[in-house]
Amino acid sequence: MDDRLTALADAVIAGRYAEAAELTRTVIDAGVAPKMILDDGLIAGMNVVGERFGAHEIFLPDVLLAAKAMYAGMDLLQPLLEARGIASRGKIVLGTVRGDLHDIGKNLVGIMLRGAGFEVIDLGHDVAPERMVEVARDEGAIIIGMSALLTTTMPVMREVVDRLREARLDADVKTLVGGAPVTEEFANQIGADAYAYDAANAVEVVKRLSDTR
Amino acid sequence: MSAILEFSFREIAPQRQAVLERLGIPGGIEPPGHIGELYLAATELLAESAVPQGVLTEVAVEEFAVIFEGEGHNARRSPVGDIYPCADHLALFAATLGEATSRAIAHGFETRDFALASMLDAAASETADALAEQTERRYESMLRERGWQQQDGGVLRYSPGYCGWDVSGQRRLFARLDPGRIGITLNESALMQPLKSVSGVIIAAPREAHEFAPTFDFCAACETFECRERLRALRAR
Repeated sequence: MDDRLTALADAVIAGRYAEAAELTRTVIDAGVAPKMILDDGLIAGMNVVGERFGAHEIFLPDVLLAAKAMYAGMDLLQPLLEARGIASRGKIVLGTVRGDLHDIGKNLVGIMLRGAGFEVIDLGHDVAPERMVEVARDEGAIIIGMSALLTTTMPVMREVVDRLREARLDADVKTLVGGAPVTEEFANQIGADAYAYDAANAVEVVKRLSDTR
Repeated sequence: MSAILEFSFREIAPQRQAVLERLGIPGGIEPPGHIGELYLAATELLAESAVPQGVLTEVAVEEFAVIFEGEGHNARRSPVGDIYPCADHLALFAATLGEATSRAIAHGFETRDFALASMLDAAASETADALAEQTERRYESMLRERGWQQQDGGVLRYSPGYCGWDVSGQRRLFARLDPGRIGITLNESALMQPLKSVSGVIIAAPREAHEFAPTFDFCAACETFECRERLRALRAR
């Protein structure tokens, strides 16, 4: 492993965003392949952060500081990846369902998914089921991730699942649900493909869903 | 009676531990110094941006029955539906931290200060809850000053969107209360703007009227159990 990429990963892990940007610039200028910088530097760092968070060794703000550092590097890398036609690990549509405005958990999932190399289309909160399905179809997304905090808005998740099925998109677009009142049992009841109990778990579940496609 | 209420930030300032818990940092664990610094920066931003205000309007039980019915989407049975007919007094309320706090949170996410924005969001949510609590306390004080002498009286608030009261109930509540007076509006989904706002009804009733077992249909899907905490706090007053 290139020491410079290890240093870049370390800067991401520590949340040192200015250093992460500087190191990314250095390895780009040195001619290191953009995909290698992404995988062995930025994503490698975020993977460590995700593992430590999952093991309760660090706290959520640490993950978010690391994400800022990761993004600082990605800003420099993204144009190069696009110019070389290097695709992300897949597009994920995220949204808090119609009638619900609680989106902090959904935001965290988005931040961590980007850190894991996915392209995230965040539709925000109070998102209508038809919009989620339309965007997923138009953008070629592989997963729709839905969040709800209110028990009264959980049924909207079923609407999304049903609409995907009616549009015959359910084989191509998987569904992931989460949020404080949401359970695995509820996910099964509504026919969702997966459930995640927190942001770190969501990343694992999305990786699994995308790998099994 | 209808009144606009002003609050100082000091009255509703969040509890540090409660904010940290919203970010998954459990009580009894002292987080590293940089997280403590984030908390201080977030609460400073919150104190600068928040303009806490509330509005109260008393309604009769019969009038509330129509407001509560809303658009007919409530659960078949709910705590509020059982409690309000026993009320001595009822007041519709709404309160907000104001738009500037929401803008500050959004700005934090847009500029990728995710950690600070999340801490600010958590602190603002905690503060909005404290604002609702203070609104409830103010109404109780008003009632006591007016001679509400119920010995075992209890005053508690309930909000659309929770415990079987469908969020669409906001529309009739807003039509009667007019929270536009303090800058709160509803969107098409009956959600409030600014985001850090709370609304509902404050019910003054015999304390036992507020008691209920969490065995309603929707309780099975609830994991917060906040009703139990609220009832415990009411009994302790």
